[in-house]
Amino acid sequence: MQLDVLYFAWVRERIGLAKEQVTTDAQTVADLVKELSVREERYQAAFQDMTVVKVAIDQTMVSLDAPLKGAREVAFFPPMTGG
Amino acid sequence: MSVSVQAEDFDLGVEVAAMTSGNPDIGAVVTFIGLVRDTTGGALLSMELEHYPGMTEQALSQIEQAATKRWSLNASRVIHRYGNLQTGAQIMMVATASAHRSDAFEAAEFLMDYLKTDAPFWKKEHFKEGGEWVASKAADDAAKDRWSS
Repeated sequence: MQLDVLYFAWVRERIGLAKEQVTTDAQTVADLVKELSVREERYQAAFQDMTVVKVAIDQTMVSLDAPLKGAREVAFFPPMTGG
Repeated sequence: MSVSVQAEDFDLGVEVAAMTSGNPDIGAVVTFIGLVRDTTGGALLSMELEHYPGMTEQALSQIEQAATKRWSLNASRVIHRYGNLQTGAQIMMVATASAHRSDAFEAAEFLMDYLKTDAPFWKKEHFKEGGEWVASKAADDAAKDRWSS
């Protein structure tokens, strides 16, 4: 499956990318995180503490164990600080 | 009922006038404006607001719809800016209009509490020595949670 993966704020800075296309067989968000983390150190730096990283699939917030089936866009970002 | 995510500044007076004109049922308007605040006593150069285009508008609309369901509102308006803002600049505004003040007050607080935790915006403070991402506050989650009890 091919996914658009988006990164925001310090997650984006640590990975060094705002957006990329990822081809993966990961079943869940957690699987994708694991897969990216072993791929390169910068992903590991961004994903080392997933309690401070939030995830959205197709622009809706989900938990780490959410399935990726049918997903087109996955986004990783820190807790929001707007307002 | 409308939300805008924009780089440009806004004029609260113009926004409120647009909400109330031709709407004689409105007896109360509550507004809130968030400003870029320097917590360091002069070291802040600017504040950068990043957001997730698409999801931001969707999240703000959902929050506004939830407020409209819960309170009797004649009108509401949410504007949130993004980009690089100077100290003292307006970051965002919320305005609610209702027949009586209690609906407008409560809905405005509700909108603010949910916006803080559910709308995908991130603040970065820029100093001479570099930038620093603003950390989220547990108090913001607590403020939101009180509405579901």
